[in-house]
Parts: sequence; C-alpha cells; structure tokens
Amino acid sequence: MNGQVAFYAIFFAAIFTNNILLTNYLGMCSFLAVSREVSTSAGLGTAVVFVMTATSVLNWLAYRYILVPLDLVYIRYIVFIVIIAAFVQLVEMVIERVSDKLYAALGIFLPLITVNCAILGVSLFMVIRNYTFVNSLFYGLGSGIGWALAIMAMAGIRQKMVRSRVPKGLAGAGITLIIAGIMALAFMGFSGMIKIT
Amino acid sequence: MGAAAQLLIGIGAICGVSTFLAVLMVIADATIANYGDVTVTINDEKQVTVAGGKPLLGSLMEEKIFIPSACGGRGSCGLCKVKVTSDVGDYLPTELPWISDEEKAENIRLSCQLKLKKDISIRIPEELFNVREYVTEVASLVDLTYDIKQVTLKLVEPDTISYRPGQYIQFQVPEYELTPESVYRAYSMSSQPSRGNEIELEVRLVPNGICTTYVFEHLREGDKVIVNGPYGEFFLRETDRDIVFIAGGSGMAPIKSILYTMAERENPRKARYFFGARAVRDLFLLDEMKDLETRLPGFTFIPALSDPQPEDNWKGETGLITEVLSKHVKSGDNLEAYLCGSPGMIDATVKVLLDTGIPEELIYYDKFA
Repeated sequence: MNGQVAFYAIFFAAIFTNNILLTNYLGMCSFLAVSREVSTSAGLGTAVVFVMTATSVLNWLAYRYILVPLDLVYIRYIVFIVIIAAFVQLVEMVIERVSDKLYAALGIFLPLITVNCAILGVSLFMVIRNYTFVNSLFYGLGSGIGWALAIMAMAGIRQKMVRSRVPKGLAGAGITLIIAGIMALAFMGFSGMIKIT
Repeated sequence: MGAAAQLLIGIGAICGVSTFLAVLMVIADATIANYGDVTVTINDEKQVTVAGGKPLLGSLMEEKIFIPSACGGRGSCGLCKVKVTSDVGDYLPTELPWISDEEKAENIRLSCQLKLKKDISIRIPEELFNVREYVTEVASLVDLTYDIKQVTLKLVEPDTISYRPGQYIQFQVPEYELTPESVYRAYSMSSQPSRGNEIELEVRLVPNGICTTYVFEHLREGDKVIVNGPYGEFFLRETDRDIVFIAGGSGMAPIKSILYTMAERENPRKARYFFGARAVRDLFLLDEMKDLETRLPGFTFIPALSDPQPEDNWKGETGLITEVLSKHVKSGDNLEAYLCGSPGMIDATVKVLLDTGIPEELIYYDKFA
C-alpha cells in the first residue's frame, strides 16, 4: 500500500486503466439510466467530475484531521456519506441560485449523484491505498473524468444503436449491461500498465 | 483508552460532524435558497405575492388559483402548462418530454417544475378563474365491487357547482400516514350536473396508493373533504354522430355522467358502451345500465369479460375489449369515440378504432395513470 505513486500516474490510471466504472464496476445505476443521449450524459458526467473531485478532497481532510487523530477510522463510512450528501445539497442550492443555465443542464442530476456508489467508492479507495492529498485530488478528478468518458461512450453507442434490432428480452438494461461488459473487456487490455496501489 | 471512552468519542464525532453539516444546511437554506417574496402577474391584470423558491403550481394553489394537474406536481401528467411571458431561464429536462416545439415557441412551461425565483408574468385561460375550491362532506360510501367505492360528497361551501358531464375534480388528501403533506389526485365526476349540490366519484383501490388508501381505510360518512374544480376537456361533443364509449372499472365515472345527462335531455343518438372487465365480480351498476337502456332507446351496454370464472356462468361477450370492439364496430363512418382508462388500454383501443376508419380527431380520451 504505497502512497508515494506519482500523481500523474494516478490521474491517467484513474481515467483509463483503473476506470471506476469499467474496471471497478461502480456507479452503474445512473450509468444505465441516463446513458441514452450524449447531451444528457455530458451533463451528468460533468456533475460527477465536480462532485467526485470535491468530495474526495473534503473526505481526505475529514479523514486526516478528524478520524485519524481521534482513532475513529472505523466510522469513515458514515462520515463520508454524510459529507457527500451535505455537499451535494449545498452545491445544488448554489447552482440553482447562481445560474439558471447550469441548473437546467445538470441541476436535476445532483440528487441522483449522492447515492452513486462510485462517489463513496473513490473516497474509500483513497483511504485503503493511503493516498496523499495531491494524489487524492487527482484520483478523484481522474475517476470523475473516467466515469464521464465511460458514460458518454455508452451514450454514443446507444444512440447509434437506436435503429438496431435488439432482441425483445434484452431491450433496455439487458443490452446496455452486455455492452458495458464488452467495454470493460476492452479496457481490461490496459490492466497492469500503470501500478497505482 | 477505555472501550467506553472510545465509543463515546465515536458517537460524539458522528454527532458533531452531522450537527455541523446540518447547521450549515439550515443557514444555506435560509440564505442561498431563500428567494424572498415573488410577485406573479396573471393575464396582465391580477397580481399575487407568494413566497419564492417553490414551484409555480403549488404557490398558485395556495392563492386559490387552480391550474389543472392529475399527478399532483410530480411531472408525470403534463396538464399543468402555463404560458410564461417573462424570462424564467431554460427549460428543465423534466419539462421537455411534455413540451412540443410549437409550445416551446410560445414559451409554455410546466408549472409544477418551474420554481419561482424572481417576479414572473404568466397567461392562463380565463376559465381557470372559474375553478373553485369546495368544502364538502361525505354523504355516503358505497362498495360497487371489491375494489371500487362510490363516494358521494355533499357540497357545503359553496353549495352548488356547475360543470360539464365528463369533467373531473381534484380531491385533496390531507396529511396522514402515507403522506407528510396534503396532495391532490384527480377523479372524474360520475354524477350528472343536474344533481346540483352533490358530486359523486368512483375510486378504485390502488395498492399503496396515497389517495385510494385514504378513501378506503380512513374516510367515513360525515368527514370533511376539500375538492377543487371543475377541470377537463373530456365531454360529449354536440354532433349527430353515433357514439362509442369504452371504459372499464372506475373509468365508467365520466361516461356515467354523460349518459345520465343524455337521458335527461332525451338525446336520440345511437350509443354503445363497451365495458371491459376480467370477471363477474368486476361488474357493477348493471341495474343502472339496464335502466339507461330503457330510457335511451339508442343506447346499448356491452360488458365484456376477459377472464370469466366457471362459477360466473357468463353468457355475454368474452375476450379482451379490443377483440370485442373489433367484432361490433366494423366501420368508422359517422362515429365518435370516447375512451377513459389506463394509458395501455387506451393505446390498444385507439389502434383498433383507427383501423375502422374513424378520423383521429374524433377519438376523445381521458388517460389516467
């Protein structure tokens, strides 16, 4: 569990070789539900990048300055989730106030993201792998970008597939999961290239 | 450190973090999310001032201006459209499925999704100002079948209501175990307007339904009920064409209202009412339908069972309503159709009707989800 891996290695790994969605298979539900069109996927992807980066930073600070000194590492699950939920609520309020355009583009996705397991997953991984502050920041940023990349790729594929004749039983979630599996297989080709644990 | 002390510190930390965040939320809610008072100008004349930050639909309802809504503000019926004449920002993704391109050009928005953040100016049809809130009292509750109740409400204040047969009202469900705040659900009136100071509804029990559970398990004779209305574009058109009615279960409500009014006016038009149900235990008001057949020479009631039980001894039509419909309606000439039921039933029967040659604009329906 070496925390001294270079931050750029972590950044690239989080996007490609250790993609939180296609390698760790986290964050599937919004991935399946929202990936119908590239434009909505881009909105959700942007929101995820922002929330993932910010919450991994906040959670790192909470971990390092509250949980560790008080020897309370075991309650990190509760504390992380509470911080994520509060943060997303605040962000939604601010965006709704400040920018109508931004709110229309991604405001309604924010409550969806609170329960996205990839967000909690990123925070927990950074704790397990003992990342430094800078590494956590880039891990969160990279994971968010990787997630956004995966959902936009899926949306592109599904948009192209609109005229295909999908077998009736597989329509919707079924064929999407199969495609996700094939994408994951493709990304498996990257495994082992960068060591980030 | 002792185990007890560790535990207390753990509890203290969780409470501390949660409290801190909760306080932050409260402050944010009072500052960032506080939009102050907002003035809504309606049709360039009426002005109301409401607390900002809430959707337009709810805020107007509090001011006794009732915009129609069948889903009570969830964004799943598309009925609460208003034309906005001031700038309110881009369309939200939740509105887009319900707004056509022509409506976009007119800046028509869904009032249940539009949050009031600054002063706004809107335009609504004048008829909506005739919509009123009525205080009523439950006069009777009669079980029509194992899952459909007939609810008769006596109007208290105001004590009369005028409406067209086929229109609906919104029934207010107060807060109780299934809902933390009052919600509205739309129900068609099965009474005809000549009954003056009372209205009748047919309510079908939906498992875990907020309103239906309230009606079936909590409502008693003498209870006070608030409704508002009337709303709706589902009513009999004044033409000479033959009529086909299609409605099953509680969908009979608007049809019953229309039929009774036809009987009162001795309307000679030929009408057939196809009532789809599963078995005999789903049939109701059969005597009333027979009575209508004698009063209206052109009217025939055709119940069709899709799953009759052996003990039913059913001698009438069997099969799905679409099959029975195809059997009886051969040609769409000189025909109008009025449908009331679930979106699935309506879509299926509309297809059958279009195949007979009825023009699409002569098929009227009341879809309820």
